[in-house]
Amino acid sequence: MADTPNDVANPDRRNFLVLSTMTMAGIGAAAGGVGLIRTMTPTRDVAGGGVIEVSLEGISEGSGIIATAGRKKYSIRRRTAEEIAAAVADDASPMRDPQPDADRVKRPEWLVLRLQCPHLGCPPQGTAAGEKRGEYGGYFCPCHNSQFDTSGRIRKGPSPANLPVPKYFFASDDMIVIGKEA
Amino acid sequence: MAGSRSPFTNPLLKGFDERLPILRAVHYSMTQHAYPKNLNYWWNFGSISGIMLLVMIVTGLFLAMHYKPSVQEDTYGINQAFRSVEHIMRDVKGGMFLRYIHSVGASFFFIAVIFHMFRSLYYGSYKAPRELLWILGCIILILMMAIAFLGYSLVWGVMSFAAAEVITQVFTAIPVLGDDILMLLRGGEDVDDALLNRFFALHFLLPFILAGVVILHILTLQTVGSNNPLGVDIKSKKDTVSFHPYYTFKDIFGLSVFFTIYLAVVAWAPERLAEAINNQPTDYNLPSHIVPEWYLLPFYAILKVFTWDLNIFGLVITGKQLGALAMGGSLGVLFLLPWLDTSPVRSARFRPLYRLAFWGFVLTCVILALVGAQTSGEAFFIPTPFGRIPLGFEAENGFVWGSTQQWGVLFMLYYFGFFIVLMPVLGLFERTRTLPASISEPVLPSSQGAGAVAAAVAVAKPMAKAD
Repeated sequence: MADTPNDVANPDRRNFLVLSTMTMAGIGAAAGGVGLIRTMTPTRDVAGGGVIEVSLEGISEGSGIIATAGRKKYSIRRRTAEEIAAAVADDASPMRDPQPDADRVKRPEWLVLRLQCPHLGCPPQGTAAGEKRGEYGGYFCPCHNSQFDTSGRIRKGPSPANLPVPKYFFASDDMIVIGKEA
Repeated sequence: MAGSRSPFTNPLLKGFDERLPILRAVHYSMTQHAYPKNLNYWWNFGSISGIMLLVMIVTGLFLAMHYKPSVQEDTYGINQAFRSVEHIMRDVKGGMFLRYIHSVGASFFFIAVIFHMFRSLYYGSYKAPRELLWILGCIILILMMAIAFLGYSLVWGVMSFAAAEVITQVFTAIPVLGDDILMLLRGGEDVDDALLNRFFALHFLLPFILAGVVILHILTLQTVGSNNPLGVDIKSKKDTVSFHPYYTFKDIFGLSVFFTIYLAVVAWAPERLAEAINNQPTDYNLPSHIVPEWYLLPFYAILKVFTWDLNIFGLVITGKQLGALAMGGSLGVLFLLPWLDTSPVRSARFRPLYRLAFWGFVLTCVILALVGAQTSGEAFFIPTPFGRIPLGFEAENGFVWGSTQQWGVLFMLYYFGFFIVLMPVLGLFERTRTLPASISEPVLPSSQGAGAVAAAVAVAKPMAKAD
């Protein structure tokens, strides 16, 4: 061949050209890659969703309802005075994920939880009055026997953490909004 | 090609390459393969086409993450497939850009491949020993057309439905088996959910098959070597350079220019090459004027110009069958091209008559595209930015002289005549110009004296076994 890459007159110039071209190509590929990955992020319709309003009317003391937002389930439970007292009394007990009851509710009467066991994601029972509520009278996960107290804290079983408290606020005395803070 | 020794010094690269020698295969093909040193910018379109295939596969993959092949309609009467395309345009971050890169990319992929093929025709790149290279290229073209049609249907707009309806109907022209083939394509009697789902599956699969054929195309190229603008074979090392860095950089420059134009269209005129009516979801009624995307227009023209039946001693071939045969034939004849062309001279630079015939063929493709876009029975016209130039008129008695259909038949005859008549005949009678003795001879002073060499090769068949 007339000449090969190894016997050029000015190798520095060649190296500069190759390196600068590869740099530009790299920047271009990275920029394009970022754009492509961005198309995989939650779309505008999904990202804005998940906020629901739930009416609290008709929920009697000691019972609760399950509210659904998309695929997410929330437990809204109206606690009795005894349940509140038990939860507050247990604040000092040894727990896997210690958290005072006052930090887990906005109004002591209402307990609002994301109904998903932190162990492997099953929906725990105990929201409605008749359901099995476990040894601590709160929630019971049927998948692997996690027992939660009347504040939704893990007391016994495999769950590594308490039932999570979602973002919510009281729009009025008998209406809450779940999915965002006020 | 691949030497027995790894060319790498980096222990990681060397260790890998000694166990799986694909790195040295790439290295040797880039640096040791001899490419003619006189390739001009028309030779850029091969690598541009390859890059466009990559762009289409990558953007298509990300589009498929959001697309839903379903005809089910929401409460507004808009089908899921169309809705998901709208969703991509409106809700997916960067989705509008992503979709337009893909849809405009289809057009620019065809532009690159069309330039690539016309270059091949002009410089005789399909002739021995490159017959297989050309045939693989023809397979690539047909696969591209199929993939483009399938992808266009997925939008499930007004023209998507029309395309799916009309093109699947073409298969009913096949005697005996036609109706069964139609059933297999549609998965039912009508163009419906089943068709959309299988079109999506095929639109996802076929590009990878296309990529496989492209790899065979490139391997064949590396075996038989590149043609060049002079069309004479490589005689010595003086005639060649390595691919890298000479053609990598030349290709990168050409690619940059091409992408500047391509991305400008994506950014500022993404709907310029599309039919606006396809931005409406289909209501399963055929529009009065059905046109395919621009790159399929010449073949669509050949399909639709047959409006009469042919009766051969009682055997009737319907106009529909003639159209389907002609459209298939217009692609099939490309496969025979290496054997239809009888001239031993490759490059049109040395073939004055063939060069005229070639430009006539380019004009034919343009005219046929216009025929494909216009209504058959009406007077044909050339659209220009300043208005229409009519090439026909309606007579007193209502007969149209110079209708779209008549012009279509005329230029379809040139299309086939170019391959079946001009190619064999020109090779036998054309007086070609004197070929240079080698690629270097026109530019480098030969030790033997350039004039003497030129005189020595000025014989009737200069290409006959020059090597």
